[in-house]
Amino acid sequence: MTKQHITTSVNGESVEYLCEAQQTLLDVLRDELGLTGTKEGCSTGDCGACSVIVDGNVVCSCLMLGAEAEGRQIETIEGMATADQLHPLQKQFLEQASLQCGFCTPGFLVAAKALLDKNPDPTETEIRFWLAGNLCRCTGYDKIVRAVQDAAAEMRGA
Amino acid sequence: MPSIDYVAPTSVNDAVAALAAASGNGRVLAGGTDLLVQMRTGQITPQTIIDIKRIAETREIAESDKAFVIGAAATGVEMSAHNGLKTTFPGIVEAMDLIGSQQIQGRASPGGNLCNASPAADCVPALIAAGATCTIAGPNGTRDIPVEDVVTGPGQTCLSQDEFVVSFTVPKPPPRTGDAYLRLIPRTEMDIAVVGAGVCLTLDDAGVCQAARVALGAVAPTQVLVADGAAALIGSTIDETALNTLAAAASAACNPIDDKRGTVDYRKKVAGVLATRAAQKALERAKA
Ligand SMILES: Cc1cc2nc3c(=O)[nH]c(=O)nc-3n(C[C@H](O)[C@H](O)[C@H](O)COP(=O)(O)OP(=O)(O)OC[C@H]3O[C@@H](n4cnc5c(N)ncnc54)[C@H](O)[C@@H]3O)c2cc1C
Ligand code: FES
Ligand code: FES
Repeated sequence: MTKQHITTSVNGESVEYLCEAQQTLLDVLRDELGLTGTKEGCSTGDCGACSVIVDGNVVCSCLMLGAEAEGRQIETIEGMATADQLHPLQKQFLEQASLQCGFCTPGFLVAAKALLDKNPDPTETEIRFWLAGNLCRCTGYDKIVRAVQDAAAEMRGA
Repeated sequence: MPSIDYVAPTSVNDAVAALAAASGNGRVLAGGTDLLVQMRTGQITPQTIIDIKRIAETREIAESDKAFVIGAAATGVEMSAHNGLKTTFPGIVEAMDLIGSQQIQGRASPGGNLCNASPAADCVPALIAAGATCTIAGPNGTRDIPVEDVVTGPGQTCLSQDEFVVSFTVPKPPPRTGDAYLRLIPRTEMDIAVVGAGVCLTLDDAGVCQAARVALGAVAPTQVLVADGAAALIGSTIDETALNTLAAAASAACNPIDDKRGTVDYRKKVAGVLATRAAQKALERAKA
């Protein structure tokens, strides 16, 4: 069957690719576009390691087809830092040691960014519910939650 | 995996034509949160994927004087953001919002929840309780049927291979109506219902129940509409006697499986308890 020719936007840049119908957006990001910051944990929507933002909503890129991305705006972990500056969430994750093996970290950062884009001042409960679809086998979550709270405060200028 | 086709029609007719052309090997794609998992595990092997999300009618949530029309592929995020729907049918919105994580909410749809035909689908009992119908498109046009008539067994629906659900219609209720959906899961997030219960009821100005619908999930091969549970509420002020009769009717309506998540007796008991609590919550909302 014919490959799909897709034009989309990834981290603000227009991107074109060819993909098979059954390739997920995660497959496309990693294998076709070389954006390997987005991780594959489970491929069944349970772990959140593959989180990306599509048209403002955080989704699992393992549960979206690459072919569906036509005309969408996609944000991945690679787009979070600027050339010379880490995102406040990235800085806080580093400062507070919110990662150990780091496999879950891109997914947490992207999901947390989607939260702070919508809600600059979330409560701890809101943060924990929002991040319930991101699993971490190392940290025990507390340091992640604190880093999100502190990054939120920093971004509010508090 | 053998190579397959992907199409994203922009009209209902084109989608029906694509389904017909796939002659039984086509699959509708809405949010993909069930479909892509099932493809991944090899449970299903479609030859054509028909993405319905570029069809306007499947995406809109429209409010008129008479009804809410919810696109079958509207997402949980979109339903939660719709103030009119949330105010009138908080039970439907809460039921949808229970599905999965934030990531899943960005994609999961009520149409997918219904057509995946899991006995434990959370949004379905709430839609049934609210008296929702769905509009099904096929080669001969569209037909409207009650939501409770769609699922015929686990993984099975009454849709033929060239039909799909375009939207749900939920009639605007009379004043003093409230709805609620509750589920029991062993954890606080990210789990499958052991029992789900949806109730929608209407009071008159003296506080006597005029109309009620009660639906259960996860306790039988399909969702169950508990008519005698509703009958117990109608004509009462939703007092203790009515609630006890409701609980007994809900337990009796169950035909559940026995598994590690809950035994038959446990599910029956919990169905009664949850139906009662959902009725109490719906009552509070009807009075508010
Ligand atoms: C991590 C995770 C957690 C989950 N948690 C829950 C939960 O708590 N409660 C719950 O109920 N479910 C849960 N689910 C299951 C799933 O998210 C829901 O059933 C969801 O509503 C499916 O919607 P979808 O749009 O993604 O469907 P899809 O995957 O796109 O479709 C599901 C099925 O329905 C068919 N279909 C879809 N739309 C239509 C249509 N309009 N007409 C005809 N056929 C159609 C598809 O062909 C497919 O067979 C979970 C899934 C995951 C991955
Ligand atoms: S890899 Fe997508 S949720 Fe785990
Ligand atoms: S840091 Fe290892 S899984 Fe989260």
